[in-house]
Amino acid sequence: MTKTILTIDDSRTMREMLNHALVEAGYRVIQAVDGIEGLEVLQAQGADVVITDINMPRLDGFGVIEGVRADPNHRATPILVLTTESDAAKKERARSAGATGWIVKPFNPVKLVDAVRRVAA
Amino acid sequence: MNITTATTPQTGSRRELIAFRIADQEFCVDIMQVREIRGWTPATPLPRTPSYVKGVINLRGAVLPIVDLGARLGLTTEEPSARHVIMVVTVGGRTLGLLVEAVSDIINLSDDMVQPTPDVACDQVKAFVKGLFAIDGRMISLISLDRVLPEMEAEAA
Amino acid sequence: MDPFESIKQTFFQECDELLTDAEQGLLDMESGTADSETINAVFRAVHSVKGGAGAFGLEDLIRFAHVFETIMDELRSEKMELTNVVAKTLLRAFDVLADHVAAARDGGQVDEARSSGMLDELKALIGAEGMEDEAADPDEDFGFVPVVLDLDEPGGFVSLDLPEPEAGLPVLEIPAEPEVANGVWIIKFAPGADMYAKANEAGLVLRELARLGPTEVTLHDETLPALDLLSAEQAYFSWTIRLTTEGDEASIREVFEFVEDDCKIEISREGGAPVSLETEPAEEISDDDAKARASAEAPLDLDALLARIGAVPTVEAVAEPVPESTPAPAPAPVVLEAIAEPEPVAVVAAPPPVIEEPAQDVAALIARAQTADVPVAPAPAREKAAPAAASNTPQPAAAATIRVDLDRVDRLINAVGELVIQQAMLSQRVTESGLARSSNVALGLEDLELLTREIQDSVMAIRAQPVKSVFQRMPRLVREVADMVGKRVRLVMDGEGTEVDKTVIERLTDPITHMLRNAIDHGLETPDERTAAGKPTEGVVKLRALHRGGRIVIEVQDDGRGINRPRVRGIAIAKGLITEEAILTDEEVDNLIFLPGFSTADSISDISGRGVGMDVVRRSIQGLGGRITISSEPGKGSKFTMSLPLTLAVLDGMVVTAAEQTLVAPLSAIVESLTPRMEDVHYVGGKDAVIRIRDSFVPLIDVGVALGFRDTPIHAASGVAVLVESEAGGKAALLVEAIQGQRQVVIKSLEANYQQIDGVAAATILGDGRVALILDVDALVTAQHRRKPAARSEKRLAG
Repeated sequence: MTKTILTIDDSRTMREMLNHALVEAGYRVIQAVDGIEGLEVLQAQGADVVITDINMPRLDGFGVIEGVRADPNHRATPILVLTTESDAAKKERARSAGATGWIVKPFNPVKLVDAVRRVAA
Repeated sequence: MNITTATTPQTGSRRELIAFRIADQEFCVDIMQVREIRGWTPATPLPRTPSYVKGVINLRGAVLPIVDLGARLGLTTEEPSARHVIMVVTVGGRTLGLLVEAVSDIINLSDDMVQPTPDVACDQVKAFVKGLFAIDGRMISLISLDRVLPEMEAEAA
Repeated sequence: MDPFESIKQTFFQECDELLTDAEQGLLDMESGTADSETINAVFRAVHSVKGGAGAFGLEDLIRFAHVFETIMDELRSEKMELTNVVAKTLLRAFDVLADHVAAARDGGQVDEARSSGMLDELKALIGAEGMEDEAADPDEDFGFVPVVLDLDEPGGFVSLDLPEPEAGLPVLEIPAEPEVANGVWIIKFAPGADMYAKANEAGLVLRELARLGPTEVTLHDETLPALDLLSAEQAYFSWTIRLTTEGDEASIREVFEFVEDDCKIEISREGGAPVSLETEPAEEISDDDAKARASAEAPLDLDALLARIGAVPTVEAVAEPVPESTPAPAPAPVVLEAIAEPEPVAVVAAPPPVIEEPAQDVAALIARAQTADVPVAPAPAREKAAPAAASNTPQPAAAATIRVDLDRVDRLINAVGELVIQQAMLSQRVTESGLARSSNVALGLEDLELLTREIQDSVMAIRAQPVKSVFQRMPRLVREVADMVGKRVRLVMDGEGTEVDKTVIERLTDPITHMLRNAIDHGLETPDERTAAGKPTEGVVKLRALHRGGRIVIEVQDDGRGINRPRVRGIAIAKGLITEEAILTDEEVDNLIFLPGFSTADSISDISGRGVGMDVVRRSIQGLGGRITISSEPGKGSKFTMSLPLTLAVLDGMVVTAAEQTLVAPLSAIVESLTPRMEDVHYVGGKDAVIRIRDSFVPLIDVGVALGFRDTPIHAASGVAVLVESEAGGKAALLVEAIQGQRQVVIKSLEANYQQIDGVAAATILGDGRVALILDVDALVTAQHRRKPAARSEKRLAG
């Protein structure tokens, strides 16, 4: 079955990049533009993997992680956070909040799909 | 990236032309320029236009100027009648209607059959006729449509 | 378009939006109305610009955005104080940032001196605030490796020469030690409960390991408690994996990248000592937890559990010898289908734990490994991937917007225009056929008409856009103009959300630009003059959009000196535009500046004097069916008001007959219509007719003659006079034979297939299917005022 990836990023460019790479790799992609919408979409449609940015309006990536982990229906959904190289602290914070893994921006499509595959059952 | 160089058209390459009649003479244009042929429709006159621009008609929502080709070539002076037909042609990204007396047939022609326009022709004809050729005992002039509209003429000048 | 270009385009589009938001935020910061979310939003915007720039390797932009972002970060974390000086510097830096974006988009160059000067200024800001210098933050400095997405390649997956960013994982940065081919590794893997809590799965880790080479997996279940003590949240199993691989330790460790902190991992060469050991013992099991939680909540461990219940502790998942492993040097063509459907591989997962077909799955995995890590074979792979991509079109998420090609919308609008015409034609035919108005056909047609109108409105609404896209360019313009003329200006914008048709939006920029330039250059005083006049040194220019009476109104108001009426009057007299005796209201004097030939020559600067006078501005606005007026109060300022139709696609018109032609006059220009009485019509100089309407005389223009359809005017009393108003020279009466009625018409361009014609604004198609011309009222009136007989076209056109 085709796996569904929920990408949450306020940058349209980033969403399109993620979308392109993931769709090419055979995933189905759904998108959200911020944390709140991300959680809503996850509630409504579900996803096999969540990829989320950290800096976002309304609800940031940490909030997304906490929200997903607190939701009995989706607590087991793997979450990959998009971080930048320079943000070791943020990555750590995301990890302790329950992030499954991370993708370093700017990412290359190989690494991205690798990371998704590593967490997608 | 590879760019394939287009091959120069060989002499004698064939093409299809649509032949039509104006004032008992035969002319033709490349069939690729002709989009459709319609019956005569009265046109809405435009102010301040040369007399060979008969006005504009509605072709499925597009506003097309109608050029009386006979008048444009200086061959006719009388007003067109309902017997005339409109050849809808595309010239330089514009679509326009050419008013002609009748469309005769489609001709298959190789380029090497075309001869240059003789000097005897009048200036107005020479401006539009690219060449002549004879087929089945008929003399047919190959028309260039680039300058049929007044403004295009201005640009070309 | 190839995806790379398409995403790049998206990026630049998004940049425009981000820059607009950032600029607004910076303006708020400057005016002191910014809150912490404003600063955050500016940070995010700049951050996103940098992020996208990184993906496309736009070095100059990255470098500049980075410093900008750093300052925003300092501000939002309140390590740096937001002062007016800082805000102003940021605004200027913003302009350079916008230049960088434009240069990256258009392939131009940014003024290097300006850019580096600005960078120094920005860095100085940080220094001045006593913040750590950028250099002290090597991690932040441009250690950032732009990875250029090469989506153009078939399949889109290409190993890149650039080092892959893997910060925070120093172990991966150690150069791979030369490895003996097909080393055998013993890996001990003991997940902790945290690993599962973060939705990592042991099974997936094992699957990844199998991608590196043949594995023999041994399950250790010694810690598994009795069933009733099981907790789904706990980790009971550990594994020993014997892996044969060409890969080095780093490639093995990479598999554990996400989980290494949450499990115990030992990696050693077979027969050797453990290479590394990390400790994080599995947590103790809590009985309460075990009872409290249903295992269904966390199926993660369940797979392992099932494997255990199947009572086969050792699962072998050995594939055929793997020909190549991760760092494959040579391109190997592979079939992309293998990755089209990522599916779980049953190393431990399937209920019958002795896996009969693992070889197949692992083979697929290996194929996938190759796919992901080596360049992919071109054409066939792409063909196979295409359907998968197509069927995986992302669904729009909760956001209720979609982006549509303007082309498609235009096609739809055209089609609806045709529908409107067809419907009108049908109605006309039915009326002509003499069917009763109460007949079913007539009633049905009435409903159709309502529906058609509704569809048309809805379709036009699709193309409606907020004027924000035009307004957003103005703050910069104002800054630049103000700098150039040495004035201090604050721009206040209002009504940016006001919507107007796309056709109008595109043509708003020029008039607004001119009005703003004019307001700053001519309207506002210098700071000294303002001080002397008892005004704040900073002038205020307000730009406002609003809907009024089915039109969009744009106002540009300044608090400057106002129009110098005696001077304007003097100029107008000197230029022969009015007579010395002319009695004009203040408003009429103000509006003299729009007259052709009027230019306040002694005050032309290079700003507003770029060869464009207000008459040109007015004419371009009239060309859009709009009008512009000015009102002014000496010493207090001036206000330009421009009004435009909401769309250029349809027009409310009055259908008239002139010289046997059906013509349409724009309703917006019409004041009233009346039947002329002969005693009101006078002839000036024997030929030019004027008509007295109440107390004033206006030119009476025979439309048939004006358009050259006939040579002699009709008898005035036999026709109808339509009083029109044009900003050019006031009013005129258009003499026509008859008025047919009012209707909304779809505007069709004459220029698309022909050319512009004086006196004709456009064409439309009426109910009978014939083309009717739409009059250019202003051109007709202006031509009359200039008293230039229209040149006979034959001469002009048929040279």
